[in-house]
Amino acid sequence: MSEYILEMNQISKEFTGVKALSNVNFKVEKGEIHCLIGENGAGKSTLMKVLSGVYPYGTYEGDIVFEGIIQKFNKITDSVETGIAIIYQELALFPDLSVYENIFAGNEVKRGGVIDWNQTIVQAKEMLKKVNLDVNPEMLVKDLGVGKRQLIEIAKALSKDVKLLILDEPTAALNEDDSENLLKLLGDLKKQGITCIMISHKLKEVISIADKATILRDGETICTLEGSRGEIKENIIIKNMVGREIDDIYPKRENKTIGGKILELHNWSAYDPQLSRNVIKDVSFHVNQGEIVGISGLMGSGRTELALSIFGNAKGYKLQGDLVWDGKSIVFKHPSEAIEAGIAYVTEDRKGDGLFLGQDIKNNISAANLKSISQNGVINQNEEIKIADGYKNSLSVKAPSLEQIVGNLSGGNQQKVSLGKWLFVGPKLLILDEPTRGIDVGAKFEIYTVMNKLISEGMSIVMISSELGEVLGMSDRIYVMAQGEIKGELSAEEATQENIMQLATQ
Amino acid sequence: MNTLKEAKTLIQENIRDYGMYIALFVIILTFTIMTDGLFMSSRNISNLIDSAGYIAVLAVAMTLVIVIRHIDLSVGYAAGFMGAIAAILMTQAGMPVYITIPIILILGIVIGLFSGFLVASIGIPAFVATLAAMLIFRGALLQVTEKTGTIIIQNDTFNAIGNGYIPSLLQFNGLHLLTLIVGLVGIGFYIYSEISNRRNKMKYQFDVVSTGIFVLKLVFISAIIAYITWILAGYNGFSWTIIIMLLVVVIYHFISTKTVLGRHIYAVGSNPEAAHLTGINVKKITYIVFGSMGMMSALSGILFTARLQSATTTAGTLFELDAIAAAYVGGVSAAGGVGKVTGAVIGAIVMASLTNGMNLLGVGISYQYMIRGGVLALAVIFDVLTRMKR
Repeated sequence: MSEYILEMNQISKEFTGVKALSNVNFKVEKGEIHCLIGENGAGKSTLMKVLSGVYPYGTYEGDIVFEGIIQKFNKITDSVETGIAIIYQELALFPDLSVYENIFAGNEVKRGGVIDWNQTIVQAKEMLKKVNLDVNPEMLVKDLGVGKRQLIEIAKALSKDVKLLILDEPTAALNEDDSENLLKLLGDLKKQGITCIMISHKLKEVISIADKATILRDGETICTLEGSRGEIKENIIIKNMVGREIDDIYPKRENKTIGGKILELHNWSAYDPQLSRNVIKDVSFHVNQGEIVGISGLMGSGRTELALSIFGNAKGYKLQGDLVWDGKSIVFKHPSEAIEAGIAYVTEDRKGDGLFLGQDIKNNISAANLKSISQNGVINQNEEIKIADGYKNSLSVKAPSLEQIVGNLSGGNQQKVSLGKWLFVGPKLLILDEPTRGIDVGAKFEIYTVMNKLISEGMSIVMISSELGEVLGMSDRIYVMAQGEIKGELSAEEATQENIMQLATQ
Repeated sequence: MNTLKEAKTLIQENIRDYGMYIALFVIILTFTIMTDGLFMSSRNISNLIDSAGYIAVLAVAMTLVIVIRHIDLSVGYAAGFMGAIAAILMTQAGMPVYITIPIILILGIVIGLFSGFLVASIGIPAFVATLAAMLIFRGALLQVTEKTGTIIIQNDTFNAIGNGYIPSLLQFNGLHLLTLIVGLVGIGFYIYSEISNRRNKMKYQFDVVSTGIFVLKLVFISAIIAYITWILAGYNGFSWTIIIMLLVVVIYHFISTKTVLGRHIYAVGSNPEAAHLTGINVKKITYIVFGSMGMMSALSGILFTARLQSATTTAGTLFELDAIAAAYVGGVSAAGGVGKVTGAVIGAIVMASLTNGMNLLGVGISYQYMIRGGVLALAVIFDVLTRMKR
């Protein structure tokens, strides 16, 4: 049995009266891939912040033992110097700088105080080779996809002689291809002796890669599962995460009644003047009343662009083709017109362009439909409170009051607020773009249940998702997109992970 | 005991809002003591508020500009320029004051909309667009006053806007009767709106403060309004500047807190992309906010010109920076989406009190600038620190 590279003993951390962590024990062996799992708010991020020195020594109780020595990190650079690197979900790269500048940012290759750019490029190439990334180091980071950026973050960590690499949901924003790539890389790094802690919500990944998995719940360690004993299994993990068994991740839907076509697109193309290319090419598809249409495809396949082009042409594309809404050919010039017609779009990036993070739950829920609760432009604030409170309860948003600032809510609760905002519009068609990204199993189930309820009330849903399981589990029909085109249509019965991936990678 | 405890937590939770009022109180108290009460004399308070008026109306509109993450540097010289145009229209074109004022206000809107066009439709950063406009208006002001120099205005009606007082109707024990009536009506309206607001909240089982605190707050605010009214009634009563300023604040406060337009303005400031995807016309909001800014610079120009009873070649110099400073002291955030118009007015009064008080004490102008700079920095530091805690 090899030694522990990291031991976190009896860690407790309190935020003004709220216990975020209580007596957490977390031990990582040298050279293993150790997954940290838990629902949102279970304390994973807090634990990692304690480890990396974001919360300095003295603000928590317990000991951090790294390579046999008790560590007292006062700031992040202390932990970096010791050989611990964290890669957060939101990447910390400079988009307007080149790949090599990014890799050595903060760790410049210097000679007598002056940066040696040639040497930097040579070393950057080495690092890129280590992460199996074949790009020109002089490219700008903004021109690279999310998957490649992720690898550059890892290369950056490697350039600092990292011993323990911590990845916070590394594949959350990646498509299946890039995810697989990344997981393979982690396997390679393991062979080179680098220990890895991975926080993930994707259980499949955990099962495929983890040597061990520690599960946190409500700020306490529940257990550590060992792959060598065959304990890392979906049902065991879920049971320990939620403290209850979910026998089915996707709720069953009863009495389907699918009506006529509500939305049709004929030979629909969208030209993006900023990218000066067609992002949508000759797409034809339709959505029936009362069904869930899944749109699958890899990142960058044009799924979000398709949604935006329908939703009032929000990004200002040049459009061609026909959009038939409720039997009538129509052109939406602004999202407000699409909303008026009965289309709602819940964005992929709820923090970036979905919510007003600095405002409270009430203002967020009412934002898209203030008209219905105002007279002569004056808002009836009592009505607003009543309505917001109704959605807060029916979607079970967990927050002390309607006046809670949305930025302080967990991902799952933010998504519910987003959903509430759009349900208040009373749409006939709800477009959900990655509705469960980065939210925990419990909240996912709740959102799926809401979706089914809406469908049974006669709404139509278009669900864009990178998660194949979700697409297969929820959709009545599935369209697969790649390179801005629809590559195929599958019914729920004939669709499998394999034939979807086959179409998506055409 | 419970009331005391509740008051404490209430202050802790709203420290940013209350902090400003506490600061104003401390400033007033300090100057009153140091000037042996001269600072709080009827005449001085009347004078102080009048001198804050033309900055306050700018600060109110500027707050909304900053809320939507823009800035307007042109408002100072725009105000000076429009004041000069008003003077020319009245003295040289012989236009009556009742026509001149609407024309100038509309001209202000047009000027503001042009900035809005540059920012929203062309996509020039507001800093650059309005910097260009500032230079243009500076030149334009010099141009129109070049031949005549300072334009003296003889029109009493116009000058009353900056110097006159509302009519008294009757003297009541040497006090200004109409002022007392207006003050009483103000208090009555305040108490009524607070009570109906509270009743509504209770109807929806919303959290409200306890009755003790509520009554305390009502009494406290009413007492302040009554005291100020009393002081002013002892001199010439409410000036027209105060009435105009109060009207502007009430209207802007109402729009920003109670209307769809106001909510949309704060939504755009909070997250422009999300606002767009929520169906809000971001361009339209930008036009409206800059249009309102233009109108308020016109009003500021009118107030200032009337106060001086003349249009000068340097009118409006640095108004924009005073307005921006007042908005920041009042708690607006450059990150967008945060800031109250009532805060901006208090900010303007804080800055005017400093100037006024230091003038009374005979503090040199060099120190005055440094002290005002320090107060601005302190206000923003306080703001940042209290926000971080949450």
